[in-house]
Amino acid sequence: MTLVKTAIGRRSFIKSSALAGGGLILGFNWLASCKMTPEEVRNLPKEWFEINGYLKISDNGQVTIMSPNPEGGQNVKTAMPMIVAEELDIDWNEVIVEQAPLNTDLYSRQFIGGSQAIRTSWEGLRMAGASARHMLIAAAAEAWQVPLKEISTESGKIKHTASDKSISYGAIASAAAKVSVPDEVALKATSDFKIIGTSKKNVDGLKIVTGKPLFGIDTQSEGMLTAMILHPPAFGMKLKSFDDSVVKTMPGIQAVFSTKVLDDTYTRQHFDTCTFLEVVTIVGDSTWEVMNAKKAIAVEWEPFETYTEERQPYRGPQQTLTIPSGLESSADHSTKMAEMATKKARVVRKDGNPEKAFRSASKIIERTYTAPFLAHNCMEPMNFFADVKSDSAQLSGPLQKAELTEQAIATRLGIPVEKIDIELTRLGGGYGRRSYAHWALEAAIISQKMKAPVKLVYTREDDMTGGIYRPAYQVTYKAALDSNNNLTGLHINAGGIPESPLYANRFPAGAIDNYQADSWTIPTNITIGSFRAPRSNFMASAEQSFLDEIAEAAGKDPIDFRLELLDRAAKNPVGEKNDYDAERYAGVLKLVKEKSNWNNRDSNSKQGVAAYFCHNSYAAQVVDMTWENDQPKIQKVTCAIDCGIVINPDAASNLCEGGIVDGIGNALYGELTFKDGIPQKSNFDDYRMIRMRESPKEIEVHFVKNDIDPTGLGEPTFPPVFAALANAMYKATGKRFYNQPFVGGMT
Amino acid sequence: MAKFNLNINGKERELDVDPTTPMLWVLRDHIKLVGTKYGCGIAQCGACTVHLDGNAVRSCQLPISSVGDKEITTIEGLSEKGDHPVQQAWLEVDVPQCGYCQAGQIMTASALLEKNPNPSDEEIETAMNGNICRCGTYTRIKKAVKIAANSINA
Repeated sequence: MTLVKTAIGRRSFIKSSALAGGGLILGFNWLASCKMTPEEVRNLPKEWFEINGYLKISDNGQVTIMSPNPEGGQNVKTAMPMIVAEELDIDWNEVIVEQAPLNTDLYSRQFIGGSQAIRTSWEGLRMAGASARHMLIAAAAEAWQVPLKEISTESGKIKHTASDKSISYGAIASAAAKVSVPDEVALKATSDFKIIGTSKKNVDGLKIVTGKPLFGIDTQSEGMLTAMILHPPAFGMKLKSFDDSVVKTMPGIQAVFSTKVLDDTYTRQHFDTCTFLEVVTIVGDSTWEVMNAKKAIAVEWEPFETYTEERQPYRGPQQTLTIPSGLESSADHSTKMAEMATKKARVVRKDGNPEKAFRSASKIIERTYTAPFLAHNCMEPMNFFADVKSDSAQLSGPLQKAELTEQAIATRLGIPVEKIDIELTRLGGGYGRRSYAHWALEAAIISQKMKAPVKLVYTREDDMTGGIYRPAYQVTYKAALDSNNNLTGLHINAGGIPESPLYANRFPAGAIDNYQADSWTIPTNITIGSFRAPRSNFMASAEQSFLDEIAEAAGKDPIDFRLELLDRAAKNPVGEKNDYDAERYAGVLKLVKEKSNWNNRDSNSKQGVAAYFCHNSYAAQVVDMTWENDQPKIQKVTCAIDCGIVINPDAASNLCEGGIVDGIGNALYGELTFKDGIPQKSNFDDYRMIRMRESPKEIEVHFVKNDIDPTGLGEPTFPPVFAALANAMYKATGKRFYNQPFVGGMT
Repeated sequence: MAKFNLNINGKERELDVDPTTPMLWVLRDHIKLVGTKYGCGIAQCGACTVHLDGNAVRSCQLPISSVGDKEITTIEGLSEKGDHPVQQAWLEVDVPQCGYCQAGQIMTASALLEKNPNPSDEEIETAMNGNICRCGTYTRIKKAVKIAANSINA
């Protein structure tokens, strides 16, 4: 039996009180984790003790669980309450889940990012459910005057078998509110789970299939105006002037003005990346009228000079970033990256003597991989609703990092954070893009200026050409093989525009005696940011394609070759900083080997394998494909994943399937190029997205069964599939694919 | 501006709007039926799909002036309680992730099954290929279309 403390010293993770109208409300810390050393506890940030989740049991038995994290398709709004309900021991059908608004007093970390929602909340959610259950039992024991340990629960009912007494949670909830919170509670054994590990339907499923207004773009409000923006057509350009004489007289147009998104003196936080500093704004009565006016406005743009901006990163001191002038082109980017690969780069890790290994190698293999900028292309274009009054603001929209957005908005509007309310709407996709909410700032500024409620909507073109893109990357791998085809040395030279994708301590670091990893960057004025599994989404592709080629050169089976390396890393690791568990890594490879019928499929179908570890989870995939009419036809993807305990298996599988389809789509077609600073694609007629016909015919997801606390699932299946696909394509065509996108172009 | 009488989800609606306004924005801005989604505005993504006399059309490319007396059905009018076989199949398979494209997917699928209650895989792919799902739920969409077909044929 696992016992968890509900308090550390005098600081409690739980507060209980009576619910107005009858019942119990339990406030709890969504992120509490009590398995800590005293030293760790002393260093805990204050907010870890904040009450940031709520559980209500009304006297009619209705259980309401507030879900603080925004939902954008990760299924947290269903999965997180399942964890509470499990420990509470209640019938899942009696649970209502509500989306909490942004409230920095009540909640912390209302984020989407890093696949961390379940991992960081696991213990806190269990503790809350278990504590509530304990208090309900204690109230019943008191009422019945029987020993607490003789009482059991089952699906929302409390029972005392010896006296044949029973009472529902609702009926005892008010009494439970008077019971003191236990200092520690017992958690269920995982073998006793009834809800966790069983598939529950999406709590918003019916609303989605009936078209209910769930999304930010669906916001309606009395007297609401519609706003759109015009941003520079090219990165490296800024607003020079605009002529609104024609537009002002067009029907339904209220105002045209320029909007400065951030003040010059503002110190930006990590997610305050802003695509363009000043935009032309058109405000009117309806979307179509504003869209028409947008086409009629005459704007002049001009190149900007190199400038600096102050940045406060997550950790460490404030930085001054230099944004270079210039109208950049993808052709120049390629040339510059090729040059950088030949220069001396920053050595991030070095093991053994790589120079010697390469001097004495009997075979050296060197390959360079590249990937372009990518646009997120969330299906719901960027949008935000703002109703800003003189001293307060009511805001609503799809945000991944609402708390940080709120701080930026408060500063820009000159309204204190306490006077700003943000409603979190469902996200029509995020994938990282909605962490950078400059459009929320724009909406708030426009509303403040118009003194009216405003919904800002980006057109698809505004969205795609004003992105916070996945950076362009390049990596060169060089391997030394000895005369027995052992991998004796590995050199990685990785860089990007403007960030390096390198993770120097990931596999195969730790499995090779002589290893060096170098890193470089090239500055740009093209805005970049997080994109599903940042950096991993490129490194997995290159690394796992390269290992495939090395395995072939060494005459070894690609899975066996990886397992050999992992065996070395497990038994006798090189270095001490390897940030993966070699046995769990090998575990997913073995599972995928078994489930994919590796090497035993019919000969028309070609198989490729890849495995990767990121966001605390291990994923391995085998792609089965044929080559038809000069195009890849993906018959099946088999995926093995180790993310610890799986909360909601079918929804978890859905998320993995999505990562796989997204990965295949971006690997085959994803690409945003630039010419003179201008994005060369602006809508879905030229930006190719994967569609049903190109999607795998079948996807099988197999979870490694274990009792390890759950880890991330939104990102880990995305990176490896790029390489599993490339390796299968090699088998099908005899050609290696080094440069993304592998196919490109439009159908 | 011009006056139009429309039949939307079985109800008569009188509107006074610019005749070039696409039905997508008539629905969303003027009638406040926001289940029909804006995705691209150029008929490339299918998020705005509605039925026009039973045919799946992209409402972003359908000016109000071209509708006449044809009947428009949106996701809100597909069924009263979400019990259309396609909606039921979507729930059974638990298709959606973010959910934004799903109204358009359901409208395309329901129009397909109306005309072809027993589509092959190839016919499903052809009909559904115009609807983008950025979350990548295609294998589930295909499965749900087949389940809906079986339930219609049962």
